[in-house]
Order: sequence, then C-alpha cells, then structure tokens
Amino acid sequence: MEGDAELQDLYREVLLDYFRSTTRKGKLDPADVRAHGINPVCGDEIEITVQRDGGKVAKLRYAGHGCVISQASAAMMGEALEGKSEADVRALVKAFKTMMLENAPVSSLPPELEALSALEGVRKFPLRVKCATLAWNTIAQGLDAAAAVKGA
Amino acid sequence: MSRLDTTKIRADFPILKRLVRGKPLAYLDNAATTQKPRQVIEALVDFYERHNANVHRGVHTLSEEATNMVEASRAKTAKFIGAAKPETVIFTRNATESINLVAHGWARKFLRAGDEIVLTEMEHHSNMVPWQMLAKEKGVVLKFVPVEPDGTLDLDKVRATVAPKTKLFAFTAVSNALGTVNPVEAMIKIGKSVGATVLVDACQWAPHRTLDVSKWGADFVVFSAHKMLGPTGIGVLWGREDLLHAMDPFLGGGDMISRVTLEGATWNELPYKFEAGTPNIADAVAFGPALDYLSAVGLDAIREHEDELAAKAVALLEASPSVFVLGPKDPALRSGVVSFNISGLHPHDVGTIFDLEGVAVRVGHHCCQPLMHKLQCGGTARASFYLYNDQSDVEALGRALKRTLDFFKIGAKAGVH
Repeated sequence: MEGDAELQDLYREVLLDYFRSTTRKGKLDPADVRAHGINPVCGDEIEITVQRDGGKVAKLRYAGHGCVISQASAAMMGEALEGKSEADVRALVKAFKTMMLENAPVSSLPPELEALSALEGVRKFPLRVKCATLAWNTIAQGLDAAAAVKGA
Repeated sequence: MSRLDTTKIRADFPILKRLVRGKPLAYLDNAATTQKPRQVIEALVDFYERHNANVHRGVHTLSEEATNMVEASRAKTAKFIGAAKPETVIFTRNATESINLVAHGWARKFLRAGDEIVLTEMEHHSNMVPWQMLAKEKGVVLKFVPVEPDGTLDLDKVRATVAPKTKLFAFTAVSNALGTVNPVEAMIKIGKSVGATVLVDACQWAPHRTLDVSKWGADFVVFSAHKMLGPTGIGVLWGREDLLHAMDPFLGGGDMISRVTLEGATWNELPYKFEAGTPNIADAVAFGPALDYLSAVGLDAIREHEDELAAKAVALLEASPSVFVLGPKDPALRSGVVSFNISGLHPHDVGTIFDLEGVAVRVGHHCCQPLMHKLQCGGTARASFYLYNDQSDVEALGRALKRTLDFFKIGAKAGVH
C-alpha cells in the first residue's frame, strides 16, 4: 500500500527482496555442519547446511518454510557468513542477537551485518523477534554440535 | 437474523473498550480463550474480598462459605452438561490436565501392551501427546482416523479404524483448527459398539452448543472454563461414576485422602479423590456466573449468531481469489471458526498485519501440527467468533485483509511468492 509507513517500517523493501531471493535456498550434501531449528510458537522449521573450506564457511544454504522475517533473516545471514572463520561467525551471531534482543543501536552492527539493520523494525513486535533469530540460533547450535563431534 | 443484543452484551465485557495499536479491539481469537464479562470479574473480586478461605477444612464461617460456593459451581456445571450427579464433575486446571488425569488414573491402570487407542488426525496436541506418552510406557498401540481433505471425518473410516482391540476412542467434538463439527453421537456409538471407553474433547463444543453427557453416552468428557467466559485455571473432567470409582487417583496429597497412616492411605470419595491439594477455589467460584451468563443468553441463540458472523467472514475472505478458507464448505458442519491462508503469505505475517488493525486472530499450527502436516500447510490464520462479536468485527477483518493484500500487492503480478 502506498504510504503504509507502519508496515513499510516492519517489512522494508530490502527484506522482501531477500525473502524472494532463492540464491541460498536449498541443502548442501555433503555438509560439514548440518543444523535443524524449530520455532515452537509457529512450528516453522529451518535446516541449515554449511560446507567449509580451510576453516571458513565456503557455502551456506537454508531450507524450510517460514515467514518474511525468518526467511529474509536467513538469506541475509547466509550472505554475511560466507567467507568467515568460525570465530567470526560466532562473533557475528552474537552481534546480531545483541541488536535484536538487547535493543543495541543498529549503528553498532559490524559492517558485514549492515543489511541486517533492516530488521530493526521487528523489535517493536516482540513476538516476531524469534522469527528473526531462528536462523542465527540454528547455525550457533550447528557449530556447537560439529565442535562436540570433533572434540569427542 | 441474530437474536442477540450485542450492544447490551458488549457492555458487559470491559476489555472490548480498549484500543490495540490505536484501533478498537476486534477480538477474534475466541477458540484460544474468551473474554470475561464483568459478572465473572466481579465474582472473583467478591470472593477474595468477602469469602476467601480454604475449602473442606475449617469449621469456621468463611471456610464453610468458600466450600459451599465451590460446590454450587460444581452443581451448576453438572446441570449445564446434563450430568445427574455433581460429584462426577472433577475440577482440574484445564482440559489438558483432565485428559492427563484419565491417562494416568484410568488408562495406566487398565490398558495392557497390545491394546489399541484410537484418535483422529485432527486432535489438539492435548489429546494426542498424553496418549503417545502412555503408548510408549505401556506398549499400547495408537491408531488414527484419517482427516479428509475438506477437514471432515468419514464415518466409514471411523468404523474401519475402531476395532475390538480398541480400548479407548478419544476424539474432539469440534476441531479447534478448522471448526469442523464432528458427528459426535455416531462416533460414540461406534466406539461403544466394540466395547471401547470413549473420551470426548468438548473444549470447542461446550462454549457454543448444548452439551448433554447423559444423551451422548460417552465415558469421559473434558472442557475448559476459560473458553466459555470463565476464568483461566479451571478445567472440567466429567466421568462415568463407576469408572471414576474404579480408576486410581492422579495426584496424591491433601484433600484426596480418606485416611492416612505412615504405611499408606485410602482415597477420599468423589470428586475429592481427584482434587489433591488446595484447589483453584476463586476461579471455580467465578465459573458459576460464566455458566449463568451463557444460560441467560442461550446457547442456541449464541450458536446462531456465531454461524451468521462466520458465514459473513467466509464470504468476505472467499471474495478474494488469493484467500483460501480451510475446513468444511457446508456451514452445518462448521462452527464459528474460520481458518484461512493467503496465497504466498505466511500466517505469521498475516497475524502481525491484522494486529496493526486491532484484529486479534490466532496464527500458526493451533497446537495441531499433525493436522497441518496432513493438510500440507505450515499453519493458518484463524478467526473465531463468540457472542460479543458483531458486524464491526467482520468489517475490521475485511479492513485488515485489504491492508495485507494491498501491502504485499497480492492479486497483482508482483506478489510475494
């Protein structure tokens, strides 16, 4: 709707673009990291697969169904994390969650996460914050699980 | 035309005056929980201000008053559902607890490995998970009556699933997710014909339709007070008296015993055998005025009113080619629940935009993940009507729908896919 400022703040154009994007949709096989996340509130599921190359995230794909917020967040996450080391990934997950959950200003986001500032408007809808963080929690769990297997 | 004076009814519900995100509240989430009339709210305040005491214990005046008030509510509940004896009405926390009580007290005692429990695919998680837990523990086999694509049950398939090995047939009277009204009496008869014990989840029936447990002939019926104008924290289990006597208590503790020694205990009489510990006294008391309210307005008039609003909502939604309404097409098979999806849009996004218009709908799986899986949708948006809803709520629904379609340019070429 033209001029529906309230909705435009939540569903920014860039989010709709990422939501529609299929660049990183799908599953990698084989995968070095495979993680499955569920949002019990809505039943949405996401599967994230990662292929590594020399300790860095070479490719990241996400599969599943979800709302605009969760799918756009996953797409932006994939873009931001490819090429990053595990330590970088963990730091970026932390930075993003701090912005979403603790209301840290978007200006404090690292440059790699600049696009994620589009999710700022979601913070006014506390029930939707979980949609935005689903992919990020899932990748963190996947890294933990992969590390545990390696360490065992 | 509806016989209800909604202006007068709405004046009894203080919450309907509030604004949500700057818009008048259009509360269409009644299948989840209903709002409370001032008569119920005042009963809670009156109890705590004038009568508060523990029940079945003291000989002092307040304890006697509190006890009598709880028992008056129990008697009222019994009358409301056609139960001959108030002691066959057990107060629990909610319908979920009522089902768990039957699983622990009855099924655990009487079912053996290899016995079968039949459920339907449209059950709420509350009538599925307790049986899954029991099946795992006891080696009991679960079978499911399939749901048809239009959200109904086929009685031939009920007959084909319920068999001599079926010891329990547990099903919902009305689907909370789709609004399907099941052929309850025919289903009870099928269960009874093989000697099964029959449990009916009446959570979505009792608030809207006359419930007569003696006419139904089931063995257990469960429902929740908060879905019928009553407070949260009160569920009901009605059980056939001989079964309630034969089964074991659920929780042990005070109030449910007759005599306790260091070695053991004997159980109290019905219904107290199943009401261990200090019960939810105030909410049980305040359930009474909720039942009075429903009786005064009349369930037939309420149902007629809801059917009318639901039909308008269905027509409004189906006028848009991008909206798909789930559940039975025949209005006679549908309660005041309208579950729908918008092409290309996730229900969560729909719910958020509706909220911006002050329209409260439930979105998601409705605690029916297996049903959603069967219908191949991750979830739906659900509008559910009650006696205080009126034309203005249907109009608000229409405005919210238009805003959603306009914003996402649905119907136009550039829609979200």
